[in-house]
Amino acid sequence: MTWTPDQPIISIKDVHKSFGDLEVLKGVSLDVMKGEVICIIGPSGSGKSTLIRCINGLNDVQGGSITVEGIEVHDPDLDKLALRKKVGMVFQQYNLFPHKTALENVMMAPLLVLKRDKAQVEEEARALIKKVRLEGKENSYPGELSGGQQQRTAIARSLAMNPDVMLFDEVTAALDPETVKEVLVTIKDLAAEGMTCILVTHEMGFAKEIADHIYFTDRGVIVEHGPPSTFFERASDPRTREFLSQIL
Amino acid sequence: MKTIPGVTARASTDLPVLKPFDVAAHSPDSMMMTRWVAGLPWWSPAAILTISLIWPAIAYAQSSYSIGQATEALWRWMPFLLREGFLLNVLISIFAMLIGTLAGAALGLGQISINKWVRRFAWFATQLFRNSPWLVILFIVLLALPFEVRIFGTIMTFPDWWKAVIGLSLPVMANISEIVRGAVASVPTAQWEASESLAFSRRQTLWRIILPQCFKRMIPPWMNWYAILTMATPLCSLLGVQELITLSRQAMESENNHPELLMPFYGFALLMFFIYCYPIARATIALERRFSVKL
Ligand SMILES: Nc1ncnc2c1ncn2[C@@H]1O[C@H](COP(=O)(O)OP(=O)(O)OP(=O)(O)O)[C@@H](O)[C@H]1O
Ligand SMILES: [Mg+2]
Repeated sequence: MTWTPDQPIISIKDVHKSFGDLEVLKGVSLDVMKGEVICIIGPSGSGKSTLIRCINGLNDVQGGSITVEGIEVHDPDLDKLALRKKVGMVFQQYNLFPHKTALENVMMAPLLVLKRDKAQVEEEARALIKKVRLEGKENSYPGELSGGQQQRTAIARSLAMNPDVMLFDEVTAALDPETVKEVLVTIKDLAAEGMTCILVTHEMGFAKEIADHIYFTDRGVIVEHGPPSTFFERASDPRTREFLSQIL
Repeated sequence: MKTIPGVTARASTDLPVLKPFDVAAHSPDSMMMTRWVAGLPWWSPAAILTISLIWPAIAYAQSSYSIGQATEALWRWMPFLLREGFLLNVLISIFAMLIGTLAGAALGLGQISINKWVRRFAWFATQLFRNSPWLVILFIVLLALPFEVRIFGTIMTFPDWWKAVIGLSLPVMANISEIVRGAVASVPTAQWEASESLAFSRRQTLWRIILPQCFKRMIPPWMNWYAILTMATPLCSLLGVQELITLSRQAMESENNHPELLMPFYGFALLMFFIYCYPIARATIALERRFSVKL
């Protein structure tokens, strides 16, 4: 089966995932079209991180199917590296490589994984660093950068692989309120350029502004979803209403 | 050192504060010996020398053999003991460390292999050689290895001191294996996940991301094991290897086995080990402090 852009770029169908006896995902389904931005919100421990980690195969699943551009992620014969070249991921704790400078962090994957030409990779990496507004920090080590700067470096590092989809797992949760904005602006730019994004976030205002579709998860299921206009005004499920009343 | 109110400085509150129990400061660690040696004062060698020369005078006051004679005998033998004896101890320690490090690095990587059987074998070999008495390992190697081996028609003899090298390298290998495993485990799993999500292969992740981050952390414990190994080389005298202790014994025999010689000769041996290992211990502790500040 070949994938065409009119089909969902990511299709999650009835995914079940357990850690030992603990069932974390109890049948989750959602579709994302190319260029769409979706936000996943929900209380702590509801399985948001687990869900997006399943999309690039960092977690395996016990049931159901996840496809990315028509490729079944949990096919045991799948070349995981091929999948991960299409899917970029940014983590809450940045997870930059501390022994490499910002520029080297961005250049590493294209050089080692894609085996591309160094001069060209460097030129693109410098452009990416500029794009996330970090000119002048190319030669700084992660330990010398602020949280917000590290997170933007991490975004540039993912973008350097030229992915089709970006996953963001609470990327602003570890930042101070003042630096949150600079990271959100970077993500907004990306979304505006048509990057397909899946964001787990607690920034409701941002979700409202940026998302095409919002999913609310609780205890391993998607309780409710909809475009932000209707989702925030007319949430019907009592769990969603309780969550929103606490957070807004 | 950072001062923490209520822990290392006066608390700024008069409310009761539960002080943390500093586990690290109260439990023995694998570098205990190095820490102890590095903590000894600079005049320790002089003290060792003085005690070993004065002791016979006190212990054998009635004897006709004087301190002067014992000291003179030691003085005569000293160049020989150093050149023929201690040098061999150093050589054995260097070769055993070399082999132990290479084999230990391989075994340590085996312990984190994705292949279950490689992992189990590496774990078993590590535990076996880490927890067996060194002397037993030495004797087994001595008896198990042939005196000579035939490779492509040429006969290679295996002198006893080479068997000692192999025998001592085995426990070193096992301990280096643990150092490698522990260092790799000390890197947060988030680093593995970050490189996995960038489509790095496992091999690339290990060599490009994980090992460069924990390499420095392995150096102090590695040096610690070198010091322990060096101090264990006198075990080889039990195999008849002509190292410092064996030669000291032979030297005393040819000096008619006066008991007054025991302290000066063995004291000298102790001094040699101390002078060799003390700088290593100091450097180890200094490096450990330096590396522990920056992650
Ligand atoms: N590797 C793991 N092993 C065992 N249990 C896990 C593991 N990872 C997550 N869990 C459990 O799965 C549940 C869902 O975790 P998850 O991280 O997906 O929640 P979350 O919605 O992202 O929460 P948060 O908002 O706090 O990040 C939690 O109860 C967590 O304890
Ligand atoms: Mg999470």
